[in-house]
Amino acid sequence: MKSSSSLWNFFASVKLALFTLCSLALTSIIGTIIPQNQAEQVYIDAYGTKTATFFQLLDITNMYTSWWFLSLLGILSANLIVCSLDRFPRAWEQITRDNLKLSPARIAKLRHAASFTSPETPEKIAGSLKNLLGDKGWETVQSTGAEMVLLFSQKQRWSRVGVYIVHLSILVVFVGAIYGSIGGFRGSIMLPELESSGVIYPYEQQKSIDLGFTVRCDRFDLEFYDNGMPKEYRSQLSILENGTVVLQKDIEVNDPLRYKGITLYQASYQPYRNFIFTLSKENGASIIRTGEFQKELQWQEANVRFGIINLESLRDNVSRIKIWFSDPTGPPTQFWLKAGEQAEVTRGKTTYVFSAKQRYATGLQVAKDPGVWIVYLGFGLLILGLYMAFFMSHRRIWLVITQQDNRTNITLSGTTNKNATGFAVQFKQLAETIEGHLLQQ
Amino acid sequence: MDSSTLLGVTTFAYLFSTILYTVIFIFKFPRLGKFATWFTALALVVQTIGIGLRWYESYQMGIGRAPLTNMYESVIFFAWTIIALYLFIEYKFKSRIIGAFTVPIAFLAMAYASLDGTITKGITPLVPALQSNWLIAHVVTCFIGYAAFSIAAGLGLMYLIKNRFGPSSTDKQDGIIASLPPLKVIDSITHNVMIFGFIWLTIGIITGAIWANSAWGTYWSWDPKETWSLITWFVYAITLHARFTRGWSGTRIAWLSILGFISVIFTYYGVNFLLAGLHSYGSS
Repeated sequence: MKSSSSLWNFFASVKLALFTLCSLALTSIIGTIIPQNQAEQVYIDAYGTKTATFFQLLDITNMYTSWWFLSLLGILSANLIVCSLDRFPRAWEQITRDNLKLSPARIAKLRHAASFTSPETPEKIAGSLKNLLGDKGWETVQSTGAEMVLLFSQKQRWSRVGVYIVHLSILVVFVGAIYGSIGGFRGSIMLPELESSGVIYPYEQQKSIDLGFTVRCDRFDLEFYDNGMPKEYRSQLSILENGTVVLQKDIEVNDPLRYKGITLYQASYQPYRNFIFTLSKENGASIIRTGEFQKELQWQEANVRFGIINLESLRDNVSRIKIWFSDPTGPPTQFWLKAGEQAEVTRGKTTYVFSAKQRYATGLQVAKDPGVWIVYLGFGLLILGLYMAFFMSHRRIWLVITQQDNRTNITLSGTTNKNATGFAVQFKQLAETIEGHLLQQ
Repeated sequence: MDSSTLLGVTTFAYLFSTILYTVIFIFKFPRLGKFATWFTALALVVQTIGIGLRWYESYQMGIGRAPLTNMYESVIFFAWTIIALYLFIEYKFKSRIIGAFTVPIAFLAMAYASLDGTITKGITPLVPALQSNWLIAHVVTCFIGYAAFSIAAGLGLMYLIKNRFGPSSTDKQDGIIASLPPLKVIDSITHNVMIFGFIWLTIGIITGAIWANSAWGTYWSWDPKETWSLITWFVYAITLHARFTRGWSGTRIAWLSILGFISVIFTYYGVNFLLAGLHSYGSS
């Protein structure tokens, strides 16, 4: 019994909390200095073979999921659980105790006290003070004895639960994180325009992950500010199940697509030296072709030939395209087109609508995290718990009303578990209010 | 009259405030107190208008974004929050001595923002990753936390000075040290300021995590900035718990407030420049 109790005390101790938090803080620094999750060669190049092997052995290159780091988190969790179980009964006792049972002698010894007298009877005073306190938000309970009337009131007794909510919230976050990592995945895919995929590629393992549906990139657009900085990446995505489109959404950075618990995020892109052309006639006939620079393409049914003969680009991003367009009605037309835009080409009696854009692949980050809402719940509880623990306090006041000869003595006493200075001010104001009230009787 | 003029004026104003509060402290000139407070408050108003003007100017340029997204703007806001918070503490705890230990930090921040040639001062548009409503929530909450921790460090320094050169000392220092508030009072204010900072930092980390999840697909990726903000959080969690352990006197708490501040500075500034990661937006 004795040994388990000292083990219990160890896990309930503040000292263990200080040690664990300190260790977590110090070891976390390591992972910010030594790059994480890099290829083996990176470490050999940076630190030499000997040190690199040492790092791999201790899992320093992957330290936040290493056995020793997770053990520290495990110790912290045990500490949180045991210290809360250990101290909660006392807090609960304070919350639920019958404060009317406190003896007048003990009441007189409380931190704050003020005394008054009145010619009225104890019952009358008790009644009027009860109303007065009620008006000020102090709900009172009363006990009437042979010798005295005792009034008691308290505020925010539930604030004592705050610290336990804080501790619980951290455990909830851990549970959410564990659930998310077991039941979820993270990966990416570079999806070229017009193509679709039913799988994505995780960061860790080699095997691909089946999405359970198909995602297709219908279009990718890149916008720049005048100074050349990227302004927006936008992908038009279609989700298909069994060949039918079930969802379409334009995604941008900070605005992902969610479907069946999986979220697709706009992360990056890759430009190709390839183009997508759309060409349509007034009668509704249209084609989509992909092709390269300076290669001729044809629309045989319409007897049209076209191609790109020149272009302007900033590094890998094409900004303007020069088109060569020909059909049997006359000599070829040549015109400049801003990449991604449309132009009308009139040849004889037919007007075509033509567009050309550089082909891109959209870089999507794909994640499934069933635990994320548990983590958010933990966050919410954390803020609530901190507020209760630090901005609320359990305040108690007693009024002892006794008769002596033909005068009644009233003693106001009070105590708080936090914010002594604030309560001192409040108590003083309450005493003055009561004094003023009694004088009017 | 544009925002850079107003912010430049603010820098000099805070220098003057620093001088005022230092004079009040060292030369025991309490009558200067009211003037110092009003002058600093006026400087804060000028700075607020400057920041607002910068926001408006960004709309004039067709960019339209809150002035909180690069190092220059964040340092300006950091100084603003320190002064705003300090004036509130001065009002609540009725002590102007604290000013000598906190207003200089705000001035130094403004001076750094103005004078360092490597910082871009122009209003540049936002890259896609920063185009989110979470930006304001995350940046503002983190900086309120940072400002509170900076003030706590100033108070910690006050404590250590008072403790070391306290009333038992007999040399000329005695006079200045005696005008510092009692150790218990400094300790109490430090505690309250740290609690305030801790809650705001917590909300700052949480808003960052929620934003990261909607932008990058995960609420936590042990990115150096995230990790250091957590390390800072640990330091203050340790400090708040240390009070419940016997033997952890006010001196240790004072040292922890300074250690925490070093962690804050590394989280804010060191990470951007010394370590790589997703958070490199703040580096220029």
